Amino acid sequence: MREYSAFDILGPIMIGPSSSHTAGAARLGKVARNIANHGFESVIFHLHGSFAKTYRGHGTDKALLAGVLGMEPWDERLKVSFDIAARKGLKVEFIETDLGYEHPNTVKIVFHYLDGREVQITGSSIGGGNIVITKINGHNVEITSEYPTLFVTHNDRYGTVSRVTGTLSRGHINIATMNVSRKSRGEEACMVIQTDSEVSEEIIEEILNIPEVISARVIN
Amino acid sequence: MYNNGHELLQIAKEKELSLSAVVIEAECKLSNKSKEEVIGEMQDVLKVMLEAAEYGLKNDVKSVGGLIGGDAKKVARSTKTLCGTMINKVMARALSCAEVNASMGRIVAAPTAGSCGILPATIITAAEILDVDEDGMINALFTAAGIGQIIAKKGTLAGAEGGCQVECGAASAMAAAAIVEMAGGPPETSLNAGAIAIKNIMGLVCDPIAGLVESPCAKRNASGAVNAMISADLALANVKSVVPFDEVIDAMFKVGRALPVELRETAMGGLATTPTGIKIKNQIYREENQ
Repeated sequence: MREYSAFDILGPIMIGPSSSHTAGAARLGKVARNIANHGFESVIFHLHGSFAKTYRGHGTDKALLAGVLGMEPWDERLKVSFDIAARKGLKVEFIETDLGYEHPNTVKIVFHYLDGREVQITGSSIGGGNIVITKINGHNVEITSEYPTLFVTHNDRYGTVSRVTGTLSRGHINIATMNVSRKSRGEEACMVIQTDSEVSEEIIEEILNIPEVISARVIN
Repeated sequence: MYNNGHELLQIAKEKELSLSAVVIEAECKLSNKSKEEVIGEMQDVLKVMLEAAEYGLKNDVKSVGGLIGGDAKKVARSTKTLCGTMINKVMARALSCAEVNASMGRIVAAPTAGSCGILPATIITAAEILDVDEDGMINALFTAAGIGQIIAKKGTLAGAEGGCQVECGAASAMAAAAIVEMAGGPPETSLNAGAIAIKNIMGLVCDPIAGLVESPCAKRNASGAVNAMISADLALANVKSVVPFDEVIDAMFKVGRALPVELRETAMGGLATTPTGIKIKNQIYREENQ
């Protein structure tokens, strides 16, 4: 049986009206922003299921955008996120779509950069303001952001995993859970590592210097 | 930690503690924090509740979907009342929280966003009546959280699983137990009040018009808050719930599971599919698609 904190019951402190469609949406946007590189010039939100049906009435669009702009679910500026995005010159688009067999409250967020690159992140709001990121650039993942989480993409070669975990070990960081997967043998692979303590920028730099590592991001 | 009402009462009895003291002790242990830290966190919760319960009394609020707003102010200013100004105050505060929530203002999910008005309205109004200070309100919030923990552990607090009874009903039970403690009632009386509050709304369906947390949610917050007040008064008068607290909770979950999916937050039944409900939904979606 799960134990509930008093603040699971009286909480979260949030901007209404819905913990799943507003607070969870803001968290999804924020976590996606942390996974994607900064400096994106436009964002497209592909809304699925209940998100697609009821997003305006729940302010899901405003909340997602607020999260992408770095706001927390309790930030009162959430209401005016469209104005803030316009002032920053960020291009924004919302598309109602069908992403297939996904949780009803799912969004695919696509970040576009000036050099033509894009980052695609899919996640769901699973109730009570909790979220899970399920796809990053085609990699299937499961990131709940309850713990500091490291997301590393690398070429599928021997020794890369141990070099990454070795770097964490030297930084006295304990790994809580770890998941390694790849698109196919010898191709691009990814690691999702949840840790017990925050991962510093220096450690990320060190991981990026490992041969075969393509990218490394941390959500602390 | 306590898994049901019976265990909660046992711990309170053995240690000779109030329910709030038991909940605070459990919270310190669970989160590995000091008493000062968890009380500090609850002060933040209370602060947001006080603001949300006050805002709609003075300001014209308009919900995102446009179905509600301004009712808290009307009730707060109304001079025509049969039940007395105290009941109007409770309802106005509950409506204020619901309106703030529906207009993308800041609230505390208690236990959910849709039922966020019941606990603030009752605790604040009871504190006024009983002349209880902030510390007393903080304690009451911990008692409420304890009741909510038990309901969550035994079943669910999600309307999609159990209907409105597990959201507004749970909030009512939490509030009733909490204000009994504020009024000096012993732990058994708090649980009696909680049991009565749930019995009064058992079976309440979740049927939001257009799927929005607006109508009938706001008014159910008002009636849920009043339900908490009268359930507390019944218990304080020493009226006992014939069926004990834990059995009432279990019965509520059984009723919840028996509810068809149309009446569990899907907006496919109840008020949502009345001619008026459908008309409103069509209007909102037409606007969305333009």
